[in-house]
Amino acid sequence: MSKLNEHHPSRFHGIWALTKRELKKWLKEPIILLMAILQPVIWMGLFGKAMNLGNMFSSSNISISDIVLPGVALIPPQSGSITISGTALSQMFADFGPTLMKNIFGVTDYFSYMSVGMISFIVMFTTMFSGMSIVWDRRLGFLNKVLSTPVSRGAIIFSKVLNASLRSMFQATIILALAVIFGLQVSSTFSVVNILGIYAAVFLLCVGLSSVFLAVALRSTKWETQMAIVNLINLPLMFASNAFFPISQMPDWIQAIAHVNPISYLTDATRQLTVLSLDTSSLIIDFTFLGIFAAVFSFIGIALSWRYLTK
Amino acid sequence: MSEEVIKTEGLTKVFNKHLTAVDHVNFSVKQGEIFGFLGPNGAGKTTTINMLITILKPTEGKASVLGFDIAKQDNNVRNVIGVVPQEYTADEDLTGLENILLCADLYGIPRDVAKKRAADLLKLVELTDFKDKKVETYSGGMRRRLELACGLINRPKLLFLDEPTLGLDVQTRTATWDYIRKLKKEFGMTLFMTTHYLEEADALCDRVAIIDHGKIVVVGTPEELKHSLGGDIITLSIKEDPDVSELIRTVENVKDVKNEDGSYRIKAEYGEITAPFVIEALRRKGYTVTKLMLTEPTLNEVYLEYTGKSMRDTEESREAFRSQRMTMMRARGG
Repeated sequence: MSKLNEHHPSRFHGIWALTKRELKKWLKEPIILLMAILQPVIWMGLFGKAMNLGNMFSSSNISISDIVLPGVALIPPQSGSITISGTALSQMFADFGPTLMKNIFGVTDYFSYMSVGMISFIVMFTTMFSGMSIVWDRRLGFLNKVLSTPVSRGAIIFSKVLNASLRSMFQATIILALAVIFGLQVSSTFSVVNILGIYAAVFLLCVGLSSVFLAVALRSTKWETQMAIVNLINLPLMFASNAFFPISQMPDWIQAIAHVNPISYLTDATRQLTVLSLDTSSLIIDFTFLGIFAAVFSFIGIALSWRYLTK
Repeated sequence: MSEEVIKTEGLTKVFNKHLTAVDHVNFSVKQGEIFGFLGPNGAGKTTTINMLITILKPTEGKASVLGFDIAKQDNNVRNVIGVVPQEYTADEDLTGLENILLCADLYGIPRDVAKKRAADLLKLVELTDFKDKKVETYSGGMRRRLELACGLINRPKLLFLDEPTLGLDVQTRTATWDYIRKLKKEFGMTLFMTTHYLEEADALCDRVAIIDHGKIVVVGTPEELKHSLGGDIITLSIKEDPDVSELIRTVENVKDVKNEDGSYRIKAEYGEITAPFVIEALRRKGYTVTKLMLTEPTLNEVYLEYTGKSMRDTEESREAFRSQRMTMMRARGG
């Protein structure tokens, strides 16, 4: 009797079948794909280009007229008066600008800084919605059908993780390409191999983050709850990180959050690999953190799925 | 090899510690039969099925399916059964064929075998012409048939059908019955189905278990059940108000009388002979019979007898409400 179904799904077979399903659904909706790309483009265009921090210090913004100092104000006092050239002063401040940017942001233009942060932004949104998709599968009965087949429970979760990762990697590629078109300045240490490094970092963060959101959604039947969670934490996760502003300028308590926020580590890793001149030691720290984050949360997610997918 | 394909012992499911959906249920299903679970919405039919197909863990009790323990050997169970759920579970964004192949993948069936089986199954459920259309364009009947095809992809020896004709029109329902009969006859498949349609249970099932409030109240073949009532049913109304149950009970051959809001349900042997005596007895006491109906017992009477309520009276349960809401949701979305 036990020879009825002579085939047994290998773990990989199940994961791939379910991932393929999600990718197919995704590719069949080009509008959603387009929107997912348009959103970061709008952010890059408006936020990245409008907030032109580097340009604030350009000589056209700094026009200082000649300053006349009475000789008595000097030490030691002199008779008569001294005139300081406004043009020379303006030039001094304008030269000072890029140094300031370089020290705070690591790059001289804000666009290069934030457009790399956009990669983290898109990864975060894509993974957040992987939690929603399992809620929909439950509501539409699809999840129950899958659960009644011998496919591994872990494969159900891992296929969603894999799907989110592949989508994020695809979107990251597009954002990076667009950013370069819009004027991203890559550093001298950038090479094609670095792109593989970016993929690896994006993949690790996706695995960790989507495991978190899926674990939260495992037993939920309300997509409203998921939506509320996404709305609540996307802002703090995004802004208590180095995605848009440097951590060094934040108050201590935000810095504390930013230092455990995985978004910071992905952003730093991608910056090291693109716009900054590569600092191997901090890149190692980034990857170590992302690796541990991914391992811990995917383990928890898969362990919970064995326990809680079946009520 | 055991004759019993399904066997349960004290199978119980309690939700949230106090809502007992299935209450110490014992039954067995024999090789090659169509076994029906008949009961109103919320009686515990779907909960029982979900435990047997291993997507719900029993709170108490045991059950074996095709010789495998549902709790300890759940993956073996999943491998050898087919499931056609109550809801439409196919992925609407994929085509019919893609859905079947996805199911095949979940059972680990190699692509070449899966393609051949899918073609056969599509032919069986008459969806070959629509196999490359997205499921969102399918009608209710087509979706049901697709679910059936998906449930058969792993060549199960035992197929679970949860409300297979819920919400289908009469024609589609009859067609679905034909498929089910075909499965039993041509493939020697054992079928376990739930339904709240009496005529469905009567037309299809070899044996029926009537379940109410999570308990099995009676099990038997439809014929046995009808026979167990021990007679015909006379339904009558009188013009006057007072309760005349006792009076009717004195008539010979009358076995039982129930007053249901002024309408008397009389169980009697030889109904066609007894009825005139009942009328006579009432008239002698000055009562006027306004309406009389004589029926041979149907499963409806059996149902009424054991659950104390008519199928139509059963209140709308959460289950029904949910499936209605799902339909509405789809209607809005699609």
